[in-house]
Amino acid sequence: MKGFIIKEFLHIFRDLRTMLILFGMPVAQVLLFGFAITNEINHANIAVLDQAKDEISIKITDKILSSGYFDLKAVLNSPDEIEAAFGRGEIKEVVVFEPYFAQKLEKEGRVNIQIITDASDPNTASLLFNYTSGIVRDYSREMMENKQPPLQISIESTMLYNPELKGVFMFVPGTITILLMLVSAMMTSISIAREKELGTMEVLLVSPLKPIQIIVGKVLPYILLSFINASVILILAFTVFGMPINGSLIFLLLESILFIVMALSMGIFISTVSKTQQQAMLLSMFVLMLPTILLSGFIFPIENMPMPLQILSNIMPSRWFIIIVKGIMIKGLGIAYVWKETLILVAMTVFFIGLSVKKFNIRLG
Amino acid sequence: MNQKSVVLENVSKSYESVKALTEVSVSIEKGELFGFIGPDGAGKTTLFRILSTLLNPDSGFATVEGFNTITDYKSIRKIVGYMPGKFSLYQDLTVEENLKFFASIYKTTIEENYHLVSDIYRHIEPFKHRKAGKLSGGMKQKLALSCALIHKPEVLFLDEPTTGVDAVSRMEFWEMLKKLQVQGITILVSTPYMDEAALCDRVALMQKGHFMTINTPQAIIDEFPMKIFGVKSNRMFDLLIDLQSIPSTEDVYRFGDVVHFLNNETGFDMNVIYRVLKQKGHAEIVVHQVMPTIEDSFMLNMKKADHFNAVMQ
Repeated sequence: MKGFIIKEFLHIFRDLRTMLILFGMPVAQVLLFGFAITNEINHANIAVLDQAKDEISIKITDKILSSGYFDLKAVLNSPDEIEAAFGRGEIKEVVVFEPYFAQKLEKEGRVNIQIITDASDPNTASLLFNYTSGIVRDYSREMMENKQPPLQISIESTMLYNPELKGVFMFVPGTITILLMLVSAMMTSISIAREKELGTMEVLLVSPLKPIQIIVGKVLPYILLSFINASVILILAFTVFGMPINGSLIFLLLESILFIVMALSMGIFISTVSKTQQQAMLLSMFVLMLPTILLSGFIFPIENMPMPLQILSNIMPSRWFIIIVKGIMIKGLGIAYVWKETLILVAMTVFFIGLSVKKFNIRLG
Repeated sequence: MNQKSVVLENVSKSYESVKALTEVSVSIEKGELFGFIGPDGAGKTTLFRILSTLLNPDSGFATVEGFNTITDYKSIRKIVGYMPGKFSLYQDLTVEENLKFFASIYKTTIEENYHLVSDIYRHIEPFKHRKAGKLSGGMKQKLALSCALIHKPEVLFLDEPTTGVDAVSRMEFWEMLKKLQVQGITILVSTPYMDEAALCDRVALMQKGHFMTINTPQAIIDEFPMKIFGVKSNRMFDLLIDLQSIPSTEDVYRFGDVVHFLNNETGFDMNVIYRVLKQKGHAEIVVHQVMPTIEDSFMLNMKKADHFNAVMQ
């Protein structure tokens, strides 16, 4: 057993590709997802539909444009042009001033600005909205100081295409999930398939080693490495991106180990049904990676999926793990709130371990 | 006390549509060096996999040291050493790491059983820090044999150990097997090389999943039922066809740089060959009676089997 684990570590440390996937990828992915999703806005293209064209509306427009975050791409003349402008994909946001803007503000003390954003990219949309409304609020605060009674510019937002804006700031839970899945499931399934492909499995089988010893020997090194990986991601998320860990860190790590074991048992299961490394890799990709990315709610909000996919997402272990991680990190929840998700993961683990041990052949073919 | 080490009783095995083994039976004594000789596709690997408990036979049964390969596979796995046809060590581990690993899975150490492998391992020990994948073919075989031996097996299964190995290493390898045999290990080895048959105590000649003959190499040669003539002439190309025209000809085939001519007439006179060939315009005719070899026996058996199959159909 000890000899087996040493051997496994030697395989891992000697293979540059494995090392890169194990340790280069987590860092690269966290940084990539982190910066790609939360990066600041610079020179976003916007359009202005100014139906008033008076002193105040022009002043606000100037203020928005001089902030450096926005570039004026088009000046629209009627509401009918909004849809088309978005359709051409030139702009991300339209700022609409209602007619008689200054007059209305003077008379009624309150006036509306509408901010329409292209929310097919929800993260950018919400950022654009926040930036714009911040600038407008700034301006109205400046005005308030001189005027009595206080004047009010209310901001009305319309998020086109994805009104709920779900799926923002999920990158850390999502990335942890994907990486643990990748490292645990794909790497173990490949490493077992490699023994089959190279014929060494034949020699292992004709030894007194029991199937469970072979499996544990294969899995233990990867549990350790995946755990290190999870920690690296958490540290990066905490230090570089200021992601909070509001709940118990120990609880979070325990849940991570549960998920790692779950992914490993899936990996073993995949390896029992594949004969070559390539087959194992493709199976992992299509059975594990793609659904994890697409159906877990990491990138696309589950609520916005068609019903059949929503139902399908229930059998994605990553869906439940993401809920747990989000619960612990962002909401600071304890076991009392995520016991249901935890139980689902435990059940899935037991299921796959049982299936793998049953499918693990003591003979060839 | 049962002196049989390995017994096969009417063992058959098919893969989907292909019959790999058809009702083969043999018993092998303890301490015997037994060879399975036959071309690719004869069923050698299937046989070894059944004996090493990797495959179950479809019918019949096999025992190793009295243990049934299906029901007692765990006991068998403790006492056999198995070397698959394909090089099956970890190419990214060094020579020493490989040996250490295989020692560890049998709960032993290199030091404990060094005497068993020292003869073989000595050859590769100078390269013990080299990765197994970077060894030459001969050295790989020696390492694989060391790994199969490190746990002191009672029975050794070597599936085509000398395939793809140079002639010198092959000879060395067989010398090692002879030394191992002295230590009382039963050795089963398969090979497509007919010349290696003579090095075994007994051999089974295999073809298309059947045993054609099982005997000592000497007996196989002694029992060869007819005379063989090695024939040469200036027109080697036509020789095969022209010799066929001689009455009672059993077989004619190329054998190295001569043609082997088999005739089953009891008092066959080799002057007939000269006469016929001269008639057909050959010159520089040389005819010698030659000693049969295992290969000749194999060819004859194969011809009989083909003939038998043709009749059956």
